[in-house]
Amino acid sequence: MRRFLRPGHDPVRERLKRDLFQFNKTVEHGFPHQPSALGYSPFLRLMAIGTRSGAIKLYGAPGVEFMGLHEENNTVMQIHFIPDQCQLVTLLDDNSLHLWNLKQHGGASELREEHRFTLKGPPGSPPSATQVTAVLPHSSREVLYLGTESGNIFVVELPSFRVLEDRTITPEAVLQRVPEDNCNRRSCELVEALREHPKNPNQILIGYSRALIVLWDLQNNQAIHHFLGNQQLENLYWQRDGSKFISCHYDGSYTQWPVSSDNRQSEPLENTVPYGPFPCKAISKIYWQTTKNGLPYIIFQGGMPRASYGDRHSISVIHGSQQTAFDFTSRVIDFFIIFSSDPAAEFDDPSALVVLAEEELVVIDLKSAGWPAVHPPYLASLHCSAITCSHHVSNIPLKLWERIISAGSKQNIHYSSMPWPIDGGTNIAPDPPQRDLLLTGHEDGTVRFWDASGVCLHLLYKLSTVRVFLTDADPNDNMNTLGEDEWPPLRKVGTFDPYSDDPRLGIQKIYLCKYSGYLAVAGTAGQVLVMELNDEDAEHVVDHAEADLLQDQEGYRWKGHEKLKTRDGPVRFEAGFQPFVLVQCQPPAVVTSLALHSEWKLVAFGTSHGFGLFDHQQKRLVFVKCTLHPSDQLALEGPLSRVKSLKKSLRQSFRRIRRSRVSSRKRRGAGGNASEVQEANAKFDQDALQEMELAPVQRKIEARSAEDSFTGFVRTLYFADTFLRDSSRHCPSLWAGTNGGTVYAFSLRVPPAERRMDEPVKAEQAKEIQLMHRAPVVGILVLDGRSTPLPEPLEVAHDLSKSPDMQGSHQLLVVSEEQFKVFTLPKVSSKLKLKLTALEGCRVRKVTVANFGSCKTDDYSENDLAVLTNLGDIQIISLPFLKLQIRYPCIRKEDVSGIASCVFTKYGQGFYLISPSEFERFSLSTKWLVEPRCIVDMPEVTSNNHMHNKSGTENAERKSSPGDCGEDERKSGRLMEHALLNDEKVLKEIQSTLEGGR
Amino acid sequence: EFRRFSLERSKPGKFEEFYGLLQHVHKIPNVDVLVGYTDIHGDLLPINNDDNYHKAVSTANPLLRIFIQRKEDADYSAFGTDTMTRKKNVLSNVLRPDNHKKKPHIVISMPQDFRPVSSIIDVDILPETHRRVRLYKYGTDKPLGFYIRDGSSVRVTPHGLEKVPGIFISRLVPGGLAQSTGLLAVNDEVLEVNGIEVSGKSLDQVTDMMIANSRNLIITVRPANQRNNVVRNSRTSGSSGQSTESSLPSSTPNILGNLLQGEEESDEEDIIIEDSGEPQQIPKAAPTSDSIESLSQIELLHESTQNGFLPSSEMNLNHSAGSISMEYEVPEAGRKSLEEDGTVITL
Repeated sequence: MRRFLRPGHDPVRERLKRDLFQFNKTVEHGFPHQPSALGYSPFLRLMAIGTRSGAIKLYGAPGVEFMGLHEENNTVMQIHFIPDQCQLVTLLDDNSLHLWNLKQHGGASELREEHRFTLKGPPGSPPSATQVTAVLPHSSREVLYLGTESGNIFVVELPSFRVLEDRTITPEAVLQRVPEDNCNRRSCELVEALREHPKNPNQILIGYSRALIVLWDLQNNQAIHHFLGNQQLENLYWQRDGSKFISCHYDGSYTQWPVSSDNRQSEPLENTVPYGPFPCKAISKIYWQTTKNGLPYIIFQGGMPRASYGDRHSISVIHGSQQTAFDFTSRVIDFFIIFSSDPAAEFDDPSALVVLAEEELVVIDLKSAGWPAVHPPYLASLHCSAITCSHHVSNIPLKLWERIISAGSKQNIHYSSMPWPIDGGTNIAPDPPQRDLLLTGHEDGTVRFWDASGVCLHLLYKLSTVRVFLTDADPNDNMNTLGEDEWPPLRKVGTFDPYSDDPRLGIQKIYLCKYSGYLAVAGTAGQVLVMELNDEDAEHVVDHAEADLLQDQEGYRWKGHEKLKTRDGPVRFEAGFQPFVLVQCQPPAVVTSLALHSEWKLVAFGTSHGFGLFDHQQKRLVFVKCTLHPSDQLALEGPLSRVKSLKKSLRQSFRRIRRSRVSSRKRRGAGGNASEVQEANAKFDQDALQEMELAPVQRKIEARSAEDSFTGFVRTLYFADTFLRDSSRHCPSLWAGTNGGTVYAFSLRVPPAERRMDEPVKAEQAKEIQLMHRAPVVGILVLDGRSTPLPEPLEVAHDLSKSPDMQGSHQLLVVSEEQFKVFTLPKVSSKLKLKLTALEGCRVRKVTVANFGSCKTDDYSENDLAVLTNLGDIQIISLPFLKLQIRYPCIRKEDVSGIASCVFTKYGQGFYLISPSEFERFSLSTKWLVEPRCIVDMPEVTSNNHMHNKSGTENAERKSSPGDCGEDERKSGRLMEHALLNDEKVLKEIQSTLEGGR
Repeated sequence: EFRRFSLERSKPGKFEEFYGLLQHVHKIPNVDVLVGYTDIHGDLLPINNDDNYHKAVSTANPLLRIFIQRKEDADYSAFGTDTMTRKKNVLSNVLRPDNHKKKPHIVISMPQDFRPVSSIIDVDILPETHRRVRLYKYGTDKPLGFYIRDGSSVRVTPHGLEKVPGIFISRLVPGGLAQSTGLLAVNDEVLEVNGIEVSGKSLDQVTDMMIANSRNLIITVRPANQRNNVVRNSRTSGSSGQSTESSLPSSTPNILGNLLQGEEESDEEDIIIEDSGEPQQIPKAAPTSDSIESLSQIELLHESTQNGFLPSSEMNLNHSAGSISMEYEVPEAGRKSLEEDGTVITL
């Protein structure tokens, strides 16, 4: 460290650094990991999602989002918005209640926790006495009714959470008015549901688990009606006019009850088991929605026949003769209906069904015929197939952007055209400064194109490479084909599909040239596809070449997977990126590096065996270079082939299950369902863990040698127009860096444009550099005469970059996992270096050149290296002098997959996965910051609103008092931290630093 | 076989003449021999150049005991087992560097005869309970051959004894460099790697640091067995202490004298093959005046003096005729000096 500190105290530079660099985690993209609760405010038109790690996220109109985190990191069990307020209450699994408030601060709304409260019973009472099972925020906004396991209903005042003991509704009081012959004390155990009368705020409906339902008069503190079912109660719902309610039950039935003033004990109007007569699963939640045409919508969760469809995650919608059971890909957490929120309206007129499943959010348009799904503008399931790689392209030209959107819109025709129904709040963030694309490669062979310009990560277009290949998966195997007369009327919805049919299809590397629209994609089985953007559907043959990376080396045997079989003849491709060239590496090992030069029309690819260069204009392999060390047997067998095969067998068993679920609708035993496999899987993981714990944790200390395994693994490829052989003539060149610390440089001869098709591209090895520390080379970069990194291909041609300085001497920067080294060119002599590992014990995981602009002046910007280490730290290192500028802790070092998934943008932002389904976005720049900034205003409350006859004037409460600004800042700091930080230590640290800063 | 003869103390002459005299006296004109003498402390020290010859003569009191061994069956390890004495020796050696060239055939205890394998360094600035060991990986095919693990050690703090996490050597591979030196043992606690403290670093970090430095690894350990520590008696600390203290009165005890030298040399030898030609070492580019590199190397030069290595770098300055710049020389100097103090030391 001394070497950095001593020369580092130039005050001018220090000031400049403050203008350039700043670290912020700005927004989380994607779908919350392990959601556990859902809430919705028809008043604010905001949706809230709670997670098992104690996070709470609010979403409204696109761009309107808030995040909060419960300090306890406990599972959020329930979320309830306070009617007509910017407040909500959460119930955690530790039985604590939390009041959150959306307050305006500095021109934008912020979500903050205001109060917390845990219900305490009388001394000596069992914990169940106060275990909250049902929460009812009363429309008066003054009190909260808390149903408990003991059957007591406690009343607490808001926002103070003061228990109003005299208003507690005890089972004894309830039973006073209920005839004893069919009820006893046990009938009133466990409050399952509490519902306020839709027209009369003085009456609430209490549903006890043992099927006793009581309509309670709050003013007179007595039961007005009681209703006795014969099946365990799951939930209740009022009809809009308050004349009827509906109850749903454990046996898969639902019952309608009339509420009339004359009859104190009512008999059910109707009792239905929608999927009977065979035993059915419970209906856990039900909605009854009235419409103008008289036919109600009955929407309920569950109720499937236990034996045949008991494993389905379904929500059924019944409207007259129409009935559909939406079949979700993962467990349904909760759902709600968006209906007319105007209290004066006579009918509910439901417009949309919003379902939070464990892995995705599905919104169904109930207004359009056929009930199509609505394409959500946010909360995308990034992990609908596991993400295997990502690639970010900044500043997309408008033309390409529009073409991608148009290709994507053709794919989305089956979606409803309904505008996004959850549209509360106003996005006041400035428009994104530029159009950015984030490309994610997935295990199932697809590439997804996301609009990453702003706060909402939105899917623009999905590209599948599967069509090029012949796989085991039958392309006609449509899961959705169900005949007209099928019962139950299941319809699969959602996109989450984590089971890849063939792991070889997995995408490993992506390179998009934003100027030419050329896209190169490489995968697990050594396949490299070069594609071109076509606005029309097309049918054509994909040219196919093989690259034998072992060349003449004899005696090797590849024990890994086979190469993918290709389809003969022309293939039909939909509009969008269409492959025209396929290169398959032999042996078909994972492609570990990829580079595309759209100006020279060349694509370079590398695996653990070597690398090759392909001319995609002439469709000719230019050369291959084997980098394999003769003794490296492991590289040949295919990395981790045993682990792979295990994964494969698991995958196949999953697929079998899925198939059987679809194809055979026969009754079958409980054996072999998905949860059992998951259990077996979990058990296997546990065993593996135990095994690991038994082995002593020790590390071998050994110098790297040429004989180590995987030294030939090609880590990085780079095209540069530079001075490779002499200082008078520059030429195209290809650089490759390996795992063993070797850098190869090939000089290329690309014929001029007019003879491009006639003369072959030629390549000749010009240099080979062996770094003696033999650490893997993770980055190669050529700096021009002004020490600026060379521009991307076509950048100069599009007038977007100054042409590189070819007068001064060029320099070569080689980044290994351990060191940064600058060499002169064309004669290679070492000029500068920065050692990282020897001094700090950390290694480079990701490195990119990033451009940092000053927040003070528009005319200053500089290029630096953004580096992510294996400890999760981000360092910014200056170019060309390799001085450490600043360091930020970013990712926990235990979060290996987070570190591996990190991708930097060209302007100092970055993304990494905080869960399989969520990207955290961060910014290192003071200038480029994309974070949510939004306002939630309280809508005007209509004066004739019957619900506000008690306290209609109190809606000025929300204004924040000016005194709590300091606390505001402290809390907003906490909000930025992610809920997955459930590591206690980390949290304590965060807290202590926050407190220290106060 | 004993011979007794006299010399004029004021005019001892040159070592070469003395060597001829010995051969003559013993009637062994064509036999290569090693010459040694016992100094006032009773150590057997070599005589192989003018300086130590003069030194030997001057210490005669009045008798000087000279030992002569046939070179083929010479017992090299008989000479000075104390590094401190050796350093002084080195110092005197390099004062007349030309000697090396003149008498290439005289090889007694010349370091170039040996491939350094390991050494204990900085004994004078470390607490006696610590040991700083340098392992020379380059030039040998032997694996470093050791493993490290997590563990806990007990520290004395103002609040009493405290258990703190530490890194320990967990295994030595038989036949490996670490084992063959005998300087490291299982359960030794690793305190520093090339001058960087390991406390607060994870096992993986320390592993990475060691591997990154593997070509010139300096680890400071607290040996599990504290009975074999180098004992600084008054004599040795006197002889070496003088040079250290005189040049650095306020020296901080834990500065790793060899750190920067170690860092700058030996792993610089990246190799380039141009146009499928012969592999060559990559040279250093001419320095830019504002580079950090040169700053740190000036620092290095300064620190060299702390351990009395300045003379050796001066030697190289003389050696390398003018055209080569500072950047190049200093690592050279570092390398030279480590060769000279590198010896197999077994405790």
